[in-house]
Amino acid sequence: MTPAELAGQAASLAHKAAALAQNAAGFAAEQAVVHTNHPPLIYLFAIFVMAVFVGYYVIWSVTPALHSPLLAVTNAISSVIIVGAMLATGLPGDLTAHTFGFIAVTLAGVNIIGGFLVTQRMLGMFKKKAK
Amino acid sequence: MNSTTDPGITVAYLVSAVLFILALRGLSHPETARRGNLLGIAGMAIAILATLDHPGMLLGGAAVIILGIVIGGAVGAIVARRVNMTALPQLVAAFHSLVGLAAVFVAASALNAPQSFGIGTPGHLRLESLIEMSVGLAIGSITFTGAVIAFAKLQALMSGSPIIFRGQHKLNLGIGILILALVVMFVISGGSQTLFWVIAALSLAIGVLLIIPIGGADMPVVISMLNSYSGWAAAGIGFTIGNVALIVTGALVGSSGAILSYIMCKGMNRSIINVLLGGFGTDSGAAALVGASGDKSVKSGSAEDAAFIMSNASKVIVVPGYGMAVAQAQHAVREMAELLKEEGVEVKYAIHPVAGRMPGHMNVLLAEAQVPYDEVFELETINNEFSTTDVVYVIGANDVTNPAAKTNPASPIYGMPILEVDKAKTVLFVKRSMASGYAGVDNELFFRDNTMMLFGDAKKMTEEIVQALNK
Repeated sequence: MTPAELAGQAASLAHKAAALAQNAAGFAAEQAVVHTNHPPLIYLFAIFVMAVFVGYYVIWSVTPALHSPLLAVTNAISSVIIVGAMLATGLPGDLTAHTFGFIAVTLAGVNIIGGFLVTQRMLGMFKKKAK
Repeated sequence: MNSTTDPGITVAYLVSAVLFILALRGLSHPETARRGNLLGIAGMAIAILATLDHPGMLLGGAAVIILGIVIGGAVGAIVARRVNMTALPQLVAAFHSLVGLAAVFVAASALNAPQSFGIGTPGHLRLESLIEMSVGLAIGSITFTGAVIAFAKLQALMSGSPIIFRGQHKLNLGIGILILALVVMFVISGGSQTLFWVIAALSLAIGVLLIIPIGGADMPVVISMLNSYSGWAAAGIGFTIGNVALIVTGALVGSSGAILSYIMCKGMNRSIINVLLGGFGTDSGAAALVGASGDKSVKSGSAEDAAFIMSNASKVIVVPGYGMAVAQAQHAVREMAELLKEEGVEVKYAIHPVAGRMPGHMNVLLAEAQVPYDEVFELETINNEFSTTDVVYVIGANDVTNPAAKTNPASPIYGMPILEVDKAKTVLFVKRSMASGYAGVDNELFFRDNTMMLFGDAKKMTEEIVQALNK
């Protein structure tokens, strides 16, 4: 390979890189416009880490006698995923998104009502000694 | 357009999250638990109402949402009211599967309409949202099929015995690596539909493969683990759509399930890896009858003998196990205890952490039979009382009382914490046969002089004792 050829290739590479960089910048700008509404990841992650710690201490304080109701109620509250399903169903979007959203709303609905009811049923049975 | 732009909605989600924490906090005592549950319901209502009030919500969309909640809620209400308390473990497994599936569908719809959540446009999603979405999708799928298999095992739709084949773990590892590689490709692609569903399919397969090698009696760990997974899946979706309530709840549920898994594993003195690799136990104790015990003699007695011994005791401890649940003997046990108490006998119940098919299973069954919760004690609290106890009535439990766990390092259950029933003056064992327990090990307690075997169905035997006590 002659120096001239090398230089030629380098030049073409540089040209491509410049084009790529321009594309990337454009893409980033587009992203920035679209995503200004989403909270920054680090902020969400901070909340997540705190919640894991809160969960750790709260769960260890649960009496072993109530571990079954604990399973049922955590199941019920994790169905708060319904808020995502509701936004997917109710905000403007395509039919596919709306259909998937509706299915998720229904599934979460089973869990919310069923989960809280069965927890209430279980807890209602725990009685103290009648004196 | 996004929920987080409106401070009102964000505050509502934060309030929900706090109410959920309070709901779990209430479970520290049966007295406060019911109020806690109501707080949880309030938290959920706030989250749903706030979302319905979202400024971008279409009127037709809101109607469809309410329709979905009504349909789903009706199904949930019927199931929750009708379910038999013995069938709770499979109900919880079924509910877990729904959370997993809901996570998959929310992820799918976020992929199709990312603008609704402010995470990009179709085919051009933000990098971190794609990663978060993959996490929610993969864990959600695993939770779904894993919980379906757990349900099938608990409902006896499939055998509870472990399903093991050659190269199983290598296969799982291979699929796991493949999923990781596909996630990377998915993220680079900006949100390819095809890759999304391939990841879903492989994760669904992993869910099945992870649970089939785990035996029926390890179900307390499986259920706790699936509980944890459903939490992490919810958190993954929470990150994707930037929702605080979902992230906090996911973290709470995730840690809850993880802690329960830890407690269950500790109750069996096994590592979580050991449980996950599976293959432990046979589920049907009868098959694992140990021949070596054939020549040793056991003392067996009748219901009348048992009634006589117990009514002359001053303190009786009942040790229930999964066998009591299977035979639905909890009501008869409570009746027996009532009669004994009338004769002036002190009656308590001792619960091993892994008794039953889900954490706290025995406590719920005893509560259902109207046994007061202040007569029911955990292993650590009651273990030093056995030495001052006249009679222990073991019903449907075996391995959790086996002294070999303390004395025989060669035993598969060595190191497992046990209820030290061998320290009591007399041990009554209600059993259908001499078959060994789930772990397939012989229980030397059966052959001791102060042990009396009561052969028969747990419920029938207890009812006969009740009759004898009534005479």
